[in-house]
Amino acid sequence: MSGENPASTTEYIQHHLQNLVYGKLPGGFERQTENGTEVLAADTWTMAHGATEAAAMGFWAIHVDSMAWSIGLGLIFCWMFRRAAVRATTGVPSGFLNFVELVIEFIDSTVKDSFHGKNKMVAPLALTIFVWIFLMNLMDLLPVDLIPKVLMLAGVEYQKIVPSTDPNITMGMALGVFVLMLYYNIKIKGVGFIKELTMHPFNHWAFIPINLFMELVGLLAKPFSLGLRLFGNMYAGEMIFILIAMMFAAGAGTGLVTGGLNAQLFGEGTNAIFWLVIFVLVCGVCWMNLRGKISTGRTVLLTLGLLTIGGGVFALGGGLMQWGWAIFHILVITLQAFIFMVLTIVYLSMAHEEDH
Amino acid sequence: MELVIIAAAIMLGLGALGAAIGMGLLGGKLIEGTARQPELGPMLQGKMFLLAGLIDAVPIIGVGIAMYLIFVVAPSVGA
Repeated sequence: MSGENPASTTEYIQHHLQNLVYGKLPGGFERQTENGTEVLAADTWTMAHGATEAAAMGFWAIHVDSMAWSIGLGLIFCWMFRRAAVRATTGVPSGFLNFVELVIEFIDSTVKDSFHGKNKMVAPLALTIFVWIFLMNLMDLLPVDLIPKVLMLAGVEYQKIVPSTDPNITMGMALGVFVLMLYYNIKIKGVGFIKELTMHPFNHWAFIPINLFMELVGLLAKPFSLGLRLFGNMYAGEMIFILIAMMFAAGAGTGLVTGGLNAQLFGEGTNAIFWLVIFVLVCGVCWMNLRGKISTGRTVLLTLGLLTIGGGVFALGGGLMQWGWAIFHILVITLQAFIFMVLTIVYLSMAHEEDH
Repeated sequence: MELVIIAAAIMLGLGALGAAIGMGLLGGKLIEGTARQPELGPMLQGKMFLLAGLIDAVPIIGVGIAMYLIFVVAPSVGA
């Protein structure tokens, strides 16, 4: 990677971290197009081409990709669990039904352990939070370049497929939890909530400003840390996937034959197709081995040969690193979904406890 | 540019230091607790994972920001 041009790697990362934004460009904005600079006469609603345009949109912008993926995954969750709920019988469950029961029992026992109030809404809320966040995080395990590249061929410039690497999504969810916290605090405790905020650490009227300051900071820190924790973890994970992919691409460029061959055949920047061909060939060789058509020794030789043509050991190493980080990341994505859920339950439980 | 990279190094190093102390204490206490009362093992392990995730979050966020500094901010500052 040392010989790499820093501008192109930076561009690669920034391209990956840019959302697909739809919003209002203010009038008078100088837009860079293929035909040169174009000055907008009036406010225009449009897709942003690049980070500067997205920044110029300011408040009136929506991250189309985050919204589409998160809402889509939410719908998948609803559809899956509804299908299981409709099919549920008193008999022995099988397969998919069993899995859904497992998830629901797990959530149920967690809620019973940490929620001590009386509220019908907490368990379904916990289930939704857990499964939804898990599904959103799961998008991180798809190869980083796969969907953005495919959509790029289809004409979509930017695509961030992991909604939880978008702070708007995680902070939005944290804000939802915060509203529920306030609602139940006021509903259950009433005036007691104000008393809790003003009289808590030091029970004397003279300390009210100090108490209020400390309690408000504590109260506001909860949703803030809740949203940022999920965002930070997923963002860092995504970043590492991107960096590995970058090393992988740089290594592939130094392959024995490929560097020249690839450039000759396809020109710069179209590695994806070439890689797909090699990938399919390697899969085909492995499949033939499984069917007993060719011996194992020959399979190893053929695979190594293909990889040497395709980019040598670097590529294999990059793939293995990607894979290893993905396996570690399975733990992280589940844990973060679980933590978000448990903390939501704990915060709501605190809102239900009368004498604190 | 050098200062940005030193900033990233400090961020990574101190984050790892704090998290390592926290994780060490957490794991040690878990083993201690499970040795005293083996029947509480599964329950303690679940709680341990929750706290491990909480401890893990801050340094991981640090890693993310450090990576951003090294690979995106530093080249653009240097050029």
